[in-house]
Amino acid sequence: MPMDSLEASAVDVLVIGGGNAGLCAAITARRAGARVLLLESATKHLRGGNSRHTRDIRYMHRGATEYVTGSYPEAEFWEDLRQVTGGDTNERLALQVIRSSEDLASWMQTQGVRWQKPLRGTLHLARTNLFMLGGGKAMVNAYYETALALGVKVAYQCEVRELDIRDGRFVAARGGAAEEFRARALVVAAGGFEANISWLKEYWGEAAENFVIRGTPYNQGRMLKELLRCGAKPTGNPRGCHAVALDARAPKFDGGIVTRLDSVPFGIVVNNKVERFYDEGEDFWPKRYAIWGGLIARQPDQIAYSILDAKALPCFMPSVFPPVEAGSIPELAAALALDPEKLTAVVERYNRAVRPGTFNPAVLDDCRTEGLEPPKSHWARPIDTPPFYGYPLRPGITFTYLGVAVDERARVIFQDERPAQNVFAAGEVMAGNILTQGYLAGFGLTIGAVFGRIAGQEAARCAAS
Amino acid sequence: MPQADLVKEGARQMTICNACRYCEGYCAVFPAMELRRTFGKADLVYLANLCFDCRDCYYACQYAPPHEFAINIPKLMAELRRETYREFTWPGAFAPLFNRNARAVAAITASALALIAVFVLVFTGPAALFATHLGEGAFYRVVPYAAMTVPPLLVSIYGLAVLVAGALRFWRETAGAPGGSVGPAAFLCAARDALGLVYLRGGGAGCNYPGAGFSASRRWLHHLVFYGFLLDFASTSVAAFYDHFLGWQAPYPFWSWPVVLGTAGGVGLMIGTAGLLYLKWKSDPEPSDRPMVDMDVAFLVLLFLTSVTGMALLAFRETPAMGTLLAIHLGAVAGFFLTLPYGKFAHAVYRYAALIRYAAEEREARREAN
Repeated sequence: MPMDSLEASAVDVLVIGGGNAGLCAAITARRAGARVLLLESATKHLRGGNSRHTRDIRYMHRGATEYVTGSYPEAEFWEDLRQVTGGDTNERLALQVIRSSEDLASWMQTQGVRWQKPLRGTLHLARTNLFMLGGGKAMVNAYYETALALGVKVAYQCEVRELDIRDGRFVAARGGAAEEFRARALVVAAGGFEANISWLKEYWGEAAENFVIRGTPYNQGRMLKELLRCGAKPTGNPRGCHAVALDARAPKFDGGIVTRLDSVPFGIVVNNKVERFYDEGEDFWPKRYAIWGGLIARQPDQIAYSILDAKALPCFMPSVFPPVEAGSIPELAAALALDPEKLTAVVERYNRAVRPGTFNPAVLDDCRTEGLEPPKSHWARPIDTPPFYGYPLRPGITFTYLGVAVDERARVIFQDERPAQNVFAAGEVMAGNILTQGYLAGFGLTIGAVFGRIAGQEAARCAAS
Repeated sequence: MPQADLVKEGARQMTICNACRYCEGYCAVFPAMELRRTFGKADLVYLANLCFDCRDCYYACQYAPPHEFAINIPKLMAELRRETYREFTWPGAFAPLFNRNARAVAAITASALALIAVFVLVFTGPAALFATHLGEGAFYRVVPYAAMTVPPLLVSIYGLAVLVAGALRFWRETAGAPGGSVGPAAFLCAARDALGLVYLRGGGAGCNYPGAGFSASRRWLHHLVFYGFLLDFASTSVAAFYDHFLGWQAPYPFWSWPVVLGTAGGVGLMIGTAGLLYLKWKSDPEPSDRPMVDMDVAFLVLLFLTSVTGMALLAFRETPAMGTLLAIHLGAVAGFFLTLPYGKFAHAVYRYAALIRYAAEEREARREAN
């Protein structure tokens, strides 16, 4: 976009980041009367940050509707959050998000987002979460259409590199070359740093080289770093990142939902030393989904292998890459470049330890091992029916937890505990205030939407005063 | 793309879609896909003909180009549909008509028109052709009764036979589907889906057509074309009944059933085809298969010409222009019916067959789930 159309004096609210949170902020600020400029670092086709890869949003509601199958009250929502975070959350902000989430369904619909009824692929979250018709990119498209219709100015491929914040007051944002953006208020909604491998290396060492980044390559965390450099107070574990088990053949970036693998509970998992390292049947996969990334990240070379037989294949969602297939365990080992003798021994030991039971993937069944370390607590069946299948697994990073502290008005808090005058944050860049660890499906969007709206409202008010 | 490559590419894209499933709320293609884990030619042929080309999935897809997965379902499905039309047509020697369809349709229509012109000039003569004819049997004074009834009847029967043969081949090819028995309920359910064009609703949002915005215009224009066509068909049937059984010969007065039905249908066809052509002209080329677009355009232009010449004939039937207009109109109609089984019209039978298959499959899937 040429500079003259981004006339700095004409901007009240500058929003950095064009995903869910940034768009909610831009739309809200614009509706409140502010002149808004939104900067998106990606191209138009790849806009929307990780929101492109989302599918559903968790929200508090009092009863079933056309789109959710039952109620999800505040107490239950809070309890779910408390459980996944182990109680380590900013309770005030968390409850604020939960309570404010109630009118998201209608608000988002007003912005053009459409919902879909629960279908086969969405049933396990059908009560608590609303599913966007077409998924996150469709939601992002609706937001952009609404924002542009309202008169929000949008600039693509516009990456800010430097923030000028003095005494808690935003002065200017600078891009490459001579670009400078001034505004009365700033909303930072530019996501986390999960695509920044060298930053991840600061905490994970060389292992980070073997991480797959599930989302957009644009989330470099540059704005997070700038806010911290300008004195914002950090929050959340800097080493923390949400990592799941992914097919190792996934693209390095942007593979999104399709590269995940749900095979783990239905077979065994070994590392490249052909050793099992964790109870594959500890709990339902949606609950354990989030720990396997970290588990694999701690294995040698950050790789593991899911080993299955023909019985197991129909039990989980098909994956984008076909499994490695072989007629026998030694052949499978060879195909996966594992030691055939060791894998045969591991499978035999496992098979001997399996106790008879009634296999039922819908419940925590009684198919378990005895005298095996680590045990497999549920869904343990002998791996004995050819053909045998293997999937290579890698840690796939979804998001990082490190963020900047904010108050209930979305103002960035500085290290002296004072809130910024005109700097607001929303989305992944501040989600670590609330989701400090663990994973709650669809909750990232909830935080982004609620705090995006708050940030937009507050920024508009700030700009008007 | 050669068929084997197309099937391979189809399986690649469907495998990615099946691991994502975000689009399952849009139409029948994705729920049907979810009943499968692998995608052979039969599956792809079936899924392609379930696709109504609403394009919602393309704009919603996080893997659409320029993403390296390069998912483009509307384009893929259009290519597969074109392959279906080619492969299942009869006789096989005519399959190449689908390769450069617009050219073939234009050539056949032009030949039909020329042939009729020559016949009229030779057998009717310029004097009768350029004279004013009024009263019962006026049209037959330009084109004799036998010429106006026998060839169209034969062409229609032939076209119908080719389409039925194609549908049967399609049905056999896709017989490995997981669906249960096909009862009357499946036919009814498919008829409701087809007559209502429910899959151009895109799960309630409308089509992303001609561009990224949601719109219902394509669905309504298609309704105008389809029901316009049915009205014209009804008009012709009533006229044939009057003629053969009641002995009332055309032209009929303005407030008669054949003319009222024909006029309503003609107006619908003119607006519908013109509107669809406009949308096609404005439409995003990315999710399109170019040869399929040509086929669509040829069909729409021919339908537009047929309706326009029909309306002109009605307007000027009491003037010396009637003979010429009748010859032109009959030329357009002849072109339309001759090319009917070898052009875009084929989509109607394959889509309906796929919808029947889908209704049976869904019923079975629901039964198993309960």
